[in-house]
Amino acid sequence: MDILGTLSGLVMESGFAGFFAAGGWKNLVMIGIACVLLYLGIAKKFEPLLLVGIAFGVLLTNVPGAGLYHMGIWDAYIYECPYDAVNDYALYNVTEGRAYTEEEYLYYIAARVSGHTTEQIEGYFEAQSETEGSIAADFQALVEVPGFDFEAANEIADEVITELSFTDIIHHGGLLDILYIGVKAGLYPCLIFMGIGAMTDFGPLIARPSSMLLGAAAQLGVFLAMFGAILLGFTGPEAGSIGIIGGADGPTAILTTSILAPHLLGPIAIAAYSYMALIPMIQKPLMRAFTTEKERKVKMEQARPVSKTEKIIFPIVVATFVILLIPSTAPLIGCLMFGNLLKETGVTERLSDTAQNGLMNIVTLFLGISVGATTVASRFLSLETIKIVILGVIAFGFSTIGGLLVGKLMYKLSGGKINPLIGSAGVSAVPMAARVSQDVGREADPNNFLLMHAMGPNVAGVIGSAIAAGFLIQLFG
Amino acid sequence: MKMPISDAAIAALLGYGVVFLGLFLLMCVIILMGKVMTARKAGKVTVTPGTDGPTATVAVPVKEGPAAPGSAGEVKLFDVGDKEAAMLMAIVADKLGKPLNELRFKSIKEVK
Repeated sequence: MDILGTLSGLVMESGFAGFFAAGGWKNLVMIGIACVLLYLGIAKKFEPLLLVGIAFGVLLTNVPGAGLYHMGIWDAYIYECPYDAVNDYALYNVTEGRAYTEEEYLYYIAARVSGHTTEQIEGYFEAQSETEGSIAADFQALVEVPGFDFEAANEIADEVITELSFTDIIHHGGLLDILYIGVKAGLYPCLIFMGIGAMTDFGPLIARPSSMLLGAAAQLGVFLAMFGAILLGFTGPEAGSIGIIGGADGPTAILTTSILAPHLLGPIAIAAYSYMALIPMIQKPLMRAFTTEKERKVKMEQARPVSKTEKIIFPIVVATFVILLIPSTAPLIGCLMFGNLLKETGVTERLSDTAQNGLMNIVTLFLGISVGATTVASRFLSLETIKIVILGVIAFGFSTIGGLLVGKLMYKLSGGKINPLIGSAGVSAVPMAARVSQDVGREADPNNFLLMHAMGPNVAGVIGSAIAAGFLIQLFG
Repeated sequence: MKMPISDAAIAALLGYGVVFLGLFLLMCVIILMGKVMTARKAGKVTVTPGTDGPTATVAVPVKEGPAAPGSAGEVKLFDVGDKEAAMLMAIVADKLGKPLNELRFKSIKEVK
């Protein structure tokens, strides 16, 4: 028995060897980032329910050799191109944004069989092929490639999956690939919305419908960041996905990105959830800068009581109306309002309880870890991620400013009865943004209670960001 | 595919406009819904001759002392601080097993 050979094989096949392979240092950096995110989630309590899951997903996906998540599978699925399951490689031309041509496919197979790189094979073909671009000539050249073996080529060609389905993904993928199907199918974000609906009281919004305008105004950052992303060279669908970070709504951002720009899901989800956790730090200075002491001290009158019937009718009316207006909002608004109806009917308490507790927790687990898994080092550590992080904070900031400015307008129009601070709560991060309005209001006057007044724009923001997402999906999808 | 800047600007403006329009229309629908509900409620409390009607349920206004600072909305606080009132309401909700927003508190008064 060759003990040294066995030991050497063990070392070479271990994950540690992966750190010393080309680009292996990136995995180490990503593991470091995962630890920072875990620290923020556990020690600093930044959105821990999701951030801890996302961070652990980042960790698992970047451990070399773990094989829990395969980027190639998802590239092949997204770009509808053949997939080499052995090498986890999507036969996709990144620079030209299309699946491999027959010629490129041949080069790839020849490279695999002969042990050359595709560039070397391409060079060899160019030298050998008399009629450029002719498959027959390429085929002849292929036979002459040194080290080429037809039988081996046939075996490799059989291993390549030409049309990847969810069944193939379950067959060839790892655990996190299987969990990620729920993100790709748009299942998790919608189920989370159902839970949010079951936990949300729309009473403050029904009592003061003008809060809707604040929820709309606070989507300013979505569209400014989208415009900024296009200026920075992103494509329309990518820009739309980056812009939706400004909606301050994690599930909406994930659903929109998984439809429009799935390759950016990792950085966008991490930016969205990180900024949602940092809302007090982002919003408070802007709120102080854009409002006067006098405005911050405004005590708002108690809104009218809302009857149970109104609360039951509300989700039915909103779902019907918004879906009719923008049909692509159906999955998000439909689930949000269904969850809310379960809560308000009073006859489906068990279902409401499941939606807001058991189901929500299960989906949060799956969503967090599978979104974190998309942050594969080779793709995450790029200039694009830095641009997304910067655009994300711009989106959050301008959404806050948009809400505050319309809040100030309403303050003027109402003769000083509306506190403009509630405008910043229109950014939808429920209930964090409303709590920030309350905090800043109480800083100005300890007897000022804005929480319930801010909940109106806050829940309007949820509907607003779903409409914004629906518009972007319709435009770029 | 890259998008021309002019198209991007139009898309951004259009998108913001669509969100505003959507929520504005929704606001109108909710206002309308609120008006219908209020009208229905008002219709129900109209006194009908020959019935006890609402007269039986309308409480005679009781002359109370001045409300304490911090009284908000319907809840009148008499000799009770905000924090104590909030605590009492939370305890009542907990004991009844009902969410706080489904309960209606009229007044809280310290019995001496």
